[in-house]
Amino acid sequence: MNWANLFFDLFAVIVVILSVITITRRNAVHSAIALMMAFVGLAAIYVILGAELLAAIQVLVYAGGVMALMLFVIMSVKSDEQNQVKQTHAQTLIAAFVGVLFVVEIGVTVWMGFLYKNTGALAKSQLAAMGNTEALGTVLFTKFLFPFEVASVLLLAAMVGAIVLAKYKLER
Amino acid sequence: MLLEIGIALLKIIVVFALALLTVAYLTYIERKVIGHMQVRMGPMRVGPHGLLQPIADGLKLFMKEDIVPYEAYRFTFYFAPILTLVTALILFAVIPFDKHFAITRLNIGVMYILSIASVGVLGILLAGWASGSKYPILGGLRSAAQMLSYEIFLGFSIIGALMISGSLDLVKIVESQHVWNIVYQPVAFVIYIIAALGEINRVPFDLPEAETELVAGFHTEYSGMKFAYFFLAEYANMIIVCSMATILFLGGWRGPVLPGFVWFLIKLFALIYFFIWVRATFPRYRYDQFMKIGWKIMLPIVLANIVVTGVVMMMVQGG
Repeated sequence: MNWANLFFDLFAVIVVILSVITITRRNAVHSAIALMMAFVGLAAIYVILGAELLAAIQVLVYAGGVMALMLFVIMSVKSDEQNQVKQTHAQTLIAAFVGVLFVVEIGVTVWMGFLYKNTGALAKSQLAAMGNTEALGTVLFTKFLFPFEVASVLLLAAMVGAIVLAKYKLER
Repeated sequence: MLLEIGIALLKIIVVFALALLTVAYLTYIERKVIGHMQVRMGPMRVGPHGLLQPIADGLKLFMKEDIVPYEAYRFTFYFAPILTLVTALILFAVIPFDKHFAITRLNIGVMYILSIASVGVLGILLAGWASGSKYPILGGLRSAAQMLSYEIFLGFSIIGALMISGSLDLVKIVESQHVWNIVYQPVAFVIYIIAALGEINRVPFDLPEAETELVAGFHTEYSGMKFAYFFLAEYANMIIVCSMATILFLGGWRGPVLPGFVWFLIKLFALIYFFIWVRATFPRYRYDQFMKIGWKIMLPIVLANIVVTGVVMMMVQGG
């Protein structure tokens, strides 16, 4: 158990450092690399917490997919001036507002975590018996089928929308 | 505790040493096989029948001057080959070569391989961008588009086999195959092989490094050890893709008489030989043809395959 804690702390520190690097680098690609490594670190934390499937999806979707798209964009606008982010203080107020909102959100989440300890869609013992993937699949396709389908349709709509918009511009 | 760590370390060292050695000798096998297919001898000079050629190549690449182009982005230029090689090599961690011989057994083995492989794409993308030159960036963008789309078909073609085996654990998948999955999933297997060729940038789909159009694609500016990293990663990925095919469709280590790992290696090298054979046989596809094959032919087929598999399984199991 001690080893798990040690590695948790280690990866937590790594992720925080990488996140700070992400927002302080001026070169957009360097930020992207740091962000990618932070995603992988987060996946490691998920593994330590016993959520292997979530970890794999984290790497697949964020470190793989999202990062590739971001790099695509960064590379497409390739020129040194555009890659160097200019810093201004014009958005201090908005940033402060969003920051406070975010802190409150995290606080509420942590508080809820303590409040509803040991409750969830599945009991811990059930989870251990079935395994991560099976448990998630079962819950997703029985109890939460409706939200799942709604989310799928939403994503499909976004995809179709993106294609239509891109095509419209291309054809003109 | 210490003993466990020691055993784990030993396993890691054995697997990685063997993997790197195999990767190095794959270059030799490839040159030899293609040479004989084209009625040539292949490498003959270094050692008997050129057997020491890979070692000589490695030494040469190792001793070469480390060149970074003036226009390149230095940090990313160094980072990209490392990322590519590391993501290719850590995939060996979950491959079960025998029933009890794998570095680690994950209950999400398939997902692990797919997810780490998706990060590997970024290495090539970054390499193309960081070189600060025109051919590499074109190669990088091409390879990103190619690998991202072929990853989809690769993932979808696996699903049929996963549905039959009912697990994401590579060991359980092999154990569930009393009859090889290829019998139930011939279409998925063919699609998997085609998608795999696209995913690892091999002829006939080696568009990111098409010599006649892009010089050498994303690694045009790379030389010496950094180039060797890309080369090693490419061959390591070939081994991984073939092992996955062996595990998912060809029953992994299962087979009569001979011990498990021998069967595994026989199947693995048969597939690798097939990949080399394909390289000697087919010309390169044009880029638009390549994308058309993927999105307009392969995607509908794999989706139909998943639906048909599901329906048949429902009928057979009476669910």
